[in-house]
Amino acid sequence: MSEPLLEVTDLRVSFRTEEGLAPAVDGVSFTLDRGEVLGIVGESGSGKSVTMLSVMRLIVDPNAVFGGKILFKGRNLLEMSRGQIQRIRGAKIAMIFQDPMTSLNPVYRVGWQITEQIQAHAELTKRQARERALELLAGVGIPNPRARIDDYPHQFSGGMRQRVMVAMALSCSPELLIADEPTTALDVTIQAQILKLIKELRSESGSSVVLITHDMGVVADIADRVVVMYAGRIVEQGDKRDLFYDPQHPYTWGLLGSIARLDRPKGERLASIPGMPPSLINRPPGCHFQPRCVHRVERCSVEDPALTDKLGNGHVDACHLDASVKRRDRVLGSAPTGSS
Amino acid sequence: MGTFIVRRTLWTLLVLISISVLVFLLFFSIPGIDPAVAMAGRNPDPATIRAISHAFGLDRALPIQYLLMMKHLFVTRDLQSYTNQGIRVIPEIAAAAPVTLSLVAGAVVLWLVFSIGIGLVAAVFRGRAIDRILMILGLIGIATPSFLLGEAANIVTQSKLHDTPLFHWVPPLGYTPLSQDPVMWFKHLIIPWVVLASAQFIGLYSRILRSSLLDVMHEDYVRTARAKGLSERRVLIRHVLRTSMITFVSLFGLDLGSLVGGGVVLIEVVFALPGVGLLTFQAASGLDLPVIMATIMYGAFFIVLANLLVDIGYTWLDPRIRPA
Repeated sequence: MSEPLLEVTDLRVSFRTEEGLAPAVDGVSFTLDRGEVLGIVGESGSGKSVTMLSVMRLIVDPNAVFGGKILFKGRNLLEMSRGQIQRIRGAKIAMIFQDPMTSLNPVYRVGWQITEQIQAHAELTKRQARERALELLAGVGIPNPRARIDDYPHQFSGGMRQRVMVAMALSCSPELLIADEPTTALDVTIQAQILKLIKELRSESGSSVVLITHDMGVVADIADRVVVMYAGRIVEQGDKRDLFYDPQHPYTWGLLGSIARLDRPKGERLASIPGMPPSLINRPPGCHFQPRCVHRVERCSVEDPALTDKLGNGHVDACHLDASVKRRDRVLGSAPTGSS
Repeated sequence: MGTFIVRRTLWTLLVLISISVLVFLLFFSIPGIDPAVAMAGRNPDPATIRAISHAFGLDRALPIQYLLMMKHLFVTRDLQSYTNQGIRVIPEIAAAAPVTLSLVAGAVVLWLVFSIGIGLVAAVFRGRAIDRILMILGLIGIATPSFLLGEAANIVTQSKLHDTPLFHWVPPLGYTPLSQDPVMWFKHLIIPWVVLASAQFIGLYSRILRSSLLDVMHEDYVRTARAKGLSERRVLIRHVLRTSMITFVSLFGLDLGSLVGGGVVLIEVVFALPGVGLLTFQAASGLDLPVIMATIMYGAFFIVLANLLVDIGYTWLDPRIRPA
C-alpha cells in the first residue's frame, strides 16, 4: 500500500457571501487507504459534508472557492475537467446521501434510475443493465426485486429507498463509497441494516468508505479511523480505539458524552456542549472551540492550536492542554460540571 | 379507468348544461331585449312582431324556449341565427373552427419551442446578462396586449414597409384554407402566429419554466443525478426539465383550451381571420342568442377537454399522483 486511495491536502472551501468570505472548510488534510473505513464526525456546519461533496466536485455554487489538493489515486480531482470527473463520479467514487425520501427522482422508476447510472459508465445493453440492477436490488435486500424494479420511489418506504440508493451507489463497484449521514433519516432498526450493508460491501469488494455522521455510535460500529471536525477544521484524528478510549480534544469529549448508554445510572442527564458553533465569518480568536470549552486556559484565546501528534501514535489533536492534564480533567458521559 | 371516463363525461355534461342555462338567463335578463323586435325591421307593426315571435318560439315560457333551443342545437342541429335570417349556426361554427385551430396550432409551436428554449437558457445562465435580457424581454411580451402588437404589425407589414422586399410577400388581411393553398395559408398566418405567441405566452411561459427549473436544480435528486456521473446535459434535460414541466403543462393545457375555444378573439379581429373568436364577437355585438349559445358551448367543450388532457398529462408526468 504505497499510495493512499484518497489524499486530501490542505483543502479549503469558502463561499463568497455579502458579509465576506465564509470558509466552510479551512485547511483539512487526511488520507484514506484502500479498504479502510473513515468516520468523519462533527456538528452540523462543521464542514464535514462540504469536504466530501468537494471530493465528488458536487458543489455547484458559483460562489464557492476551492484551494488545496484532493488526490484520488494520485490525480487531483479539483483540477480535472468536467468530462474526467464525470467518468469518476458514480463509477470510481459513489455517494449516498442523507435523505432517501428526496434523493431519488420521483418521476422515474427505480430500476430506470439504477440502469441509467450503469449505462453511463459501462457498455451494456438495456437488458444486461436491467439484470445487473436486479442483482443489485436483491443484494441490498429488497424482497422480490423483479416485482419492485418497476416501482416508483414513492412506493418504497424510507429504509427501502435508502437500500435503492445503496444499490445505485454500488452499481459500478466503486473504489470509494462516501456515505453522508446515510442513516440519520431512518429509524434505528433500519439504521443497523443499512450499516450492515455498508460493512458487507467493504468486506466483499474491499472498497474504502468515508462515513459522515454526527452519531458517535455509528462511528464506533463501523469505522477504522475517525476524523473529528469543528468549524471547518480537523480537531482530532486517530484510530477508532485510541480516539474512543483516550480522546484528546474537549470537543470530542463532548461528542462522546452525548451518546446514550445503558451502563450509566438511570436518570442521569446526557451531556451537551454549551453554546453554538461559531459563525463561519467571525471566528473567535485563538482556538475556535475555546468560547464553548470548559477547560480553556488563557493561551487558548490567543494562540490557534496546531494539529500535533503529542502521543506519538498517529493520534493527532489541536488542543493546547497537556495530555496528562486532559487525562485527569476529562469527564465523559456526564454533564460538564459548572467549572467555567 | 372505466369509472374515470364515466365520471368525467357526466362532469362535462353538467358543466355544459350549467353554462348554457347561465348564458340563456343572462341573455333574457338584458333590459328591453326582444329578438323579435330586432328581427322585424324598422317601424314594425305589432302583428309582424307577434308572427316572428311565434315563428321563433319566443312567445313561449322560458324553460320551453331553452329546451327548444337545446333541441335545435344538439338534436336536429338546425338552430338558426336571429340576425342573419336563414343562416344555420352549426355550419357557421364548422367553417370558423379550422381558422381558429390553424391560428392556435402555429402559435403553440412557436410558443412551446421558444418558451422552453428561453427558459432553459435563462436558468442555465441565471444571474448573467443573457438571463436578465431574456427575462426583461419576456416581461415586455407579457405586458404587451396582443391587439396592440397585432395592429403595430399590420401597420408595418401592410402599409409602412409593405413595398420593401422585407414585407412584400405579406398578403392582404384574411384567410386561405390549408387545403386550398398551403403557401398562402402560411403567409396569412405567420404574422398572427408570431404576434399571438410573443404577446403574453412566450414571456409568461419562459419565466414560469425558468423559476421551476431553478427550484428543481436545488433538489436532492439532481445532486444524486450528478453523483451518478451523468453529463450536465443529461442532468438538465432528463432530470431537471422533466420534473419542471409539471407546472408548465398544467398551465399550458388550460390556456390552449381557452384559445381553441375562442379566446383568440382579439387576434382574429385584428387580422380579419374568420374564426370562432370573430364569430363570437359578432354574435355578441348583434345580440344573436343562437350563435352566442353555440359558440359558448363550443368553447366550453374545448376548455373541459383541455382540463381532461391536462389531468392525463399530469399523471403521465408525475407518477406520484397516479392511482395505485
